[in-house]
Amino acid sequence: MTDPTALQLPTHTAGIQQVPSNVTSVQPVLELQALDISLPRGSDRAHAVAQVSLTVNPGEIVCLVGESGSGKSAIAHTVMGLQAKALVPTAGKILLQGEDVLTMAPARLRQLRCTTMSMIFQEPMTALNPVFSCGEQIDEVLRTHTALTASERQQRVLDMIQQVGLPDPLRMLRSYPHQLSGGQRQRIMIAMALVLEPLLLIADEPTTALDVTTQAQILALIRTLQREHGTGVLFITHDFGVVAEIADRVAVLRQGELVEFGQKQQVLEYPEHPYTQMLIGAVPSMTPRVREASARGEVILRTERLVKTYPNSRTPAVNQVALELRRGETLGIVGESGSGKSTVARCVAKLITTTSGSIFQHGQDIAPLSNRQMRPLRKCVQIVFQDPYRSLNPRRTVGDSIIEGPMNYGATRQEAWKHASELMELVRLEPTMLQRFPHEFSGGQRQRICIARSLAMKPEILIADEAVSALDVSVQAQVLGLLDEVREQLNLAMLFITHDLRVAAQVCDRVAVMSKGEIVETGRTADIFLAPAHAYTQTLFAAAPGRDWLFEAGRARLKKKGDSYQAESVSPK
Amino acid sequence: MNAFTESSGRVTLWRTLLRSPSVMIGAAILLCVLFIGLAAPFLHTMSPDKINPSVRNKLPGYESTLRDDEGNKIQFVHLMGTDSLGRDIYSRVVFGARVSLLIGATVAVMSAFIGLILGLLAGYFRWLDAIVMRVMDGLMAIPAILLALSMVALLNAGLSTVILAIVITEIPRVVRLVRSVVLSVREEPYVEAAISVGTPTPVLLVRHILPNTIAPLIVQTTYIAAHAILVEAVLSFLGVGISPETPTWGNIMAEGRAMFVMLPHNIFFPGLFLAVTVLAVNLFGDGLRDLLDPRMRKRL
Repeated sequence: MTDPTALQLPTHTAGIQQVPSNVTSVQPVLELQALDISLPRGSDRAHAVAQVSLTVNPGEIVCLVGESGSGKSAIAHTVMGLQAKALVPTAGKILLQGEDVLTMAPARLRQLRCTTMSMIFQEPMTALNPVFSCGEQIDEVLRTHTALTASERQQRVLDMIQQVGLPDPLRMLRSYPHQLSGGQRQRIMIAMALVLEPLLLIADEPTTALDVTTQAQILALIRTLQREHGTGVLFITHDFGVVAEIADRVAVLRQGELVEFGQKQQVLEYPEHPYTQMLIGAVPSMTPRVREASARGEVILRTERLVKTYPNSRTPAVNQVALELRRGETLGIVGESGSGKSTVARCVAKLITTTSGSIFQHGQDIAPLSNRQMRPLRKCVQIVFQDPYRSLNPRRTVGDSIIEGPMNYGATRQEAWKHASELMELVRLEPTMLQRFPHEFSGGQRQRICIARSLAMKPEILIADEAVSALDVSVQAQVLGLLDEVREQLNLAMLFITHDLRVAAQVCDRVAVMSKGEIVETGRTADIFLAPAHAYTQTLFAAAPGRDWLFEAGRARLKKKGDSYQAESVSPK
Repeated sequence: MNAFTESSGRVTLWRTLLRSPSVMIGAAILLCVLFIGLAAPFLHTMSPDKINPSVRNKLPGYESTLRDDEGNKIQFVHLMGTDSLGRDIYSRVVFGARVSLLIGATVAVMSAFIGLILGLLAGYFRWLDAIVMRVMDGLMAIPAILLALSMVALLNAGLSTVILAIVITEIPRVVRLVRSVVLSVREEPYVEAAISVGTPTPVLLVRHILPNTIAPLIVQTTYIAAHAILVEAVLSFLGVGISPETPTWGNIMAEGRAMFVMLPHNIFFPGLFLAVTVLAVNLFGDGLRDLLDPRMRKRL
């Protein structure tokens, strides 16, 4: 189901956003005073959150930024009184309109939720109750907190649904969550959160699970509603693009400690703390990197009219896709979820059978080959998956995982192990770590191991299927660097699948943009980023968060006219 | 993460097992019953088949005198009384433990083994799935007792027939469980990664998929064992199971059925052993389930 609402792009007031200045006469909606939240004994650190003080004023958006495990969600949940039992606030105050949430009676807290503070969550798929219609769920808020009659309530709900930009409010009222798209569900969540006009809205990564175009709409919606209602927003995100897009003030968390807190302009352009500088420096630039000589390699993979239709589905997931991959180059496949980019990867890796079309590998069509016929050819194409936590067998040591492939092709254990040790060094891990199990590694390390496992097969084509999407931005930069280095050293061809334009800009020599199973545009990265021809590509670029900012050399700056690449030329004409 | 995911944690697994009261109590009782069954030749006071018409239907604690082959008088105490043929119930109950445990263990192992293979194949090979699962649906529709009745009628009444009948009816449950695990595990990226490094399918099944089924399977196996012990007792009680001269708990109870009101000990003692044993197996299984995978409740 696609979101039928017209694409609303955030309005961009050039220059500094009009931020309500931090006047002392204004009472902040939310004030954290030296908040400590302890972790259960035996965790890697004592505090989830240590000595965090910050304020959210009426009508402003404060972005809480940090990598995974920085304690940003712990803060959000504790403010709502929804923290996990293991997380105990041990010191400090959370003042909501001057009232301390931590010492409040549970009944009072219930009263305040939705009326004074509301929350929207990351995963719109699971945040709504599947057995009630959306109307009933919004209505429940009104039933609980107001004495309105049924018809008044219905009017309010309809109003709210209209405000969040959902079409056909009466139908929305009656639909169940599964009948709506992710973006529509997030709009319903926002409607529910804002129906009583709370003073504080906590948004916990509300757009992380959404596609980039939907994300742009939701960000714009939150911005608009927040301005109209004068709501203070605590916006939690890991994405500096989103920060650049939406924040008035920015708070940077590292391992539970607040390392920097200030106006957006200040923090992004002149970050003081080295950690903030590192985070901003790790954000991939939208300016494509230009690399010569990649177009001269021989073509080692070519698809023709590739079609894949899944069983029980009428529309093909991949339709008439033609690609060409040369030795030594990185071809990016960019698109939103459901565009078929992963399906292409899995067809090329022969993990699924194709419906029709050809895949030429060194001139041989591998599409019609059976599993058995495919075995000797599998070495050539290797794939690195998105989720580092699921792509290694948890019961086997990483060494066993790495040598499995070579041993399938007749290598002895000693040879394979020796090669694995060399590969571990190549991916900058200790060879002694081969004896360990996956759970002893972090996400980034696991992804390195997966890369080592792929390289153990001495492939010619490496497919990276959203290989860095699950990683924190600083780790992402390292893994991207590693992939690039490996490709260079071993002269591999790389098929790089991503939804992230920034990442694509940094890694890919050429990109193919996919939408609804078809490639709508393909060309050199620099050309496409400079002048996207297809309407969909333009929409995609226009929706990229923080596109008005240049992230470079550890700081960001607002783009000026005449800055490189596509700043102005991109906006839909 | 369940305890099985970390083989470096095998020591920890044992420690967790030791800390779980239900596993410990269940295991302790089971070991006692196992000991009773194994040591039956030493524990019994007289032959379980020895018929002595002079001491029919005696209450527990009755003392009788017998002459052995040399003509010496021997005193016997019938700890649990005697049945309507004058057989010593205590000795019969002690020997009955063997049959019950044997049936529980054999049925559990056999149905787990066959079910595991069928489940793996059905879960992994989509074309086989429909066929296997429809057969399993069919099997599930047949009541265990009814199947056993007809099999006993067709074949001969005996231990192997009873075991076969119970195994057949238990297999579908194992197949369903294993298949559901395989269906979810086969989508894991590490399985796909193994495919793409050219791991042959049989190796893939054994190395990457099968280990995930073991924990739920162990738990399911305990339930099957408990159920099998009960079904055997029911069959014997109905007189269609193992031949009546073999001491099984069900047979002893069947023997006492007619005189139940006057002489409840005939049914009480074997019934008590049966109940305690099944309880122990279930306790053990529940404890294991909670330890191995709390989420597994949904699958069972």
